[in-house]
Amino acid sequence: MLELKNLTKTYRTGDKALQNVTLTIPKGQVMALIGPSGAGKSTLIRCINRLVEPTEGSVILDGTNITTLGTGALRRMRRKMGMIFQQYALVERLTVMENVLSGRLGYVGFWRSYLRKYPQADIDEAFRLLDRVGLLAMADKRADELSGGQRQRVGIARALIQNPRLLLVDEPTASLDPKTSRQIMRLICELCAERDLAAVINIHDVALAQMFVERIVGLKAGELAFDGKPTEMTEDVLTSIYGEEDWHATIREVDDEDTDIEDPAA
Amino acid sequence: MPVSTDAQGAKIWQLRNRKQTLIRWAGYLAAVAIFMWCWQRISEATTWFFVWDAPRIAADIGGRAWPPRWSYMDNLWEPLWDTLNMATLGTLLALVMAVPVAFLAARNTTPSAVFIRPVALFIIVATRSINSLIWALLLVAVIGPGVFAGLLAIAFRSIGFCAKLLYEAIEEIDHTQVEAITATGASRWQVMAYGIVPQIMPAFAGISVFRWDINIRESTVLGLVGAGGIGLQLQSSLNTLAWPQVTLILIVILAAVVIGEWVSAKVRGAII
Repeated sequence: MLELKNLTKTYRTGDKALQNVTLTIPKGQVMALIGPSGAGKSTLIRCINRLVEPTEGSVILDGTNITTLGTGALRRMRRKMGMIFQQYALVERLTVMENVLSGRLGYVGFWRSYLRKYPQADIDEAFRLLDRVGLLAMADKRADELSGGQRQRVGIARALIQNPRLLLVDEPTASLDPKTSRQIMRLICELCAERDLAAVINIHDVALAQMFVERIVGLKAGELAFDGKPTEMTEDVLTSIYGEEDWHATIREVDDEDTDIEDPAA
Repeated sequence: MPVSTDAQGAKIWQLRNRKQTLIRWAGYLAAVAIFMWCWQRISEATTWFFVWDAPRIAADIGGRAWPPRWSYMDNLWEPLWDTLNMATLGTLLALVMAVPVAFLAARNTTPSAVFIRPVALFIIVATRSINSLIWALLLVAVIGPGVFAGLLAIAFRSIGFCAKLLYEAIEEIDHTQVEAITATGASRWQVMAYGIVPQIMPAFAGISVFRWDINIRESTVLGLVGAGGIGLQLQSSLNTLAWPQVTLILIVILAAVVIGEWVSAKVRGAII
């Protein structure tokens, strides 16, 4: 469904953020993207919806090459890609409802959106989504009154109201406590399963990624370093991506869970 | 190097070494010398007889000026109203013109950093560098004396001030919010309305009332050059040496400015 072909990004400073990345993500697959800071994870995600212009290569979503689209066509394409951010990126001074409805901006005209005259269908959907993420009572609150986990839920609702085919998720849990992190990851993965959405999730927390996703891709200095199932993630693989370190504690948790599951079978 | 080693080999740390200290003292000496020289020049150009005489003259004028001529107030209500109108409408007009200039001048919103941004910055510098009294002099000459000239003078002087502060606020916004709105497929104008405008609203409100507050003070003197308002009364009273009227006008201006500051402080407190 999503195909990246030889995607390369060289910044004006000469930094090569991405080098010849080729990836295919089938419909409905949730993929985690791991790698050290500066490996190009954020750049990769932003090249897909062209918040960052790729230097070379192509991004193909449902048969359309995004990299060659003009402004209008790119805007229509962006509607199909919901994005979720590390620092939530809500418009802090607007209400929760306005933030969720802003996900429909690609579908409504300027004056309707300026006057907040959204179609009733959009408003119904916004209420449904707020209910789904458990924030129905907060609809009228200003975004800056919410806690981190609540804000991220608003961010998720904003991405989903776009009715996307694909979710681009940039470090969704980096600003959250461990428990909220798991809840948010679970919510994202559940919603992807419900709606048969594909997702690319940038994540620092390897154990958390192993817990929830079906595929992990490792990025190192802008190049693919690993592509496989969470169970194939070994200490050697982590060393090859991040460098030498004692990785035992980082992945043990999932190993335990795996043995828990496999034990009865064995 | 502020870190050195003494004879015993212990490390010594000083804020400045000997050379830096000497340079500083030489700097202080030069500053005092320049001050003394300037003072001497000014002293030569001053007729000290008048200065020694000043307390007596001031007391004389003060004696004539007190008590204020309260009955003159009847003639002041209308010019006072004109003054407030000049300040308020001038500020509004300035804001209408300053907003687009600010968006053209801010690095992150300008359509072209090479061609359009310098033009916007030039507008800002040009309007700011000319005092409103000078604007009023020019405009009185061009469109004739009256409140309208004063209003335009206030407006032109304020464009640069408001646009400069506003474009700085635009450049300081959180970029991820803009990114998030862009990522939804929003158009350029929608990104502006949702990603940028909410972020600069507090700054915009603060700048508006701050400038309005300044403009009340500025508009009280514009009458001196014929641009209407209470300054016109001030000038005629000064010309006829009607000191009790001057006192009253100064009291009225003081009251207007105090009320203006109080209102702007309240409004700013309510918004931010």
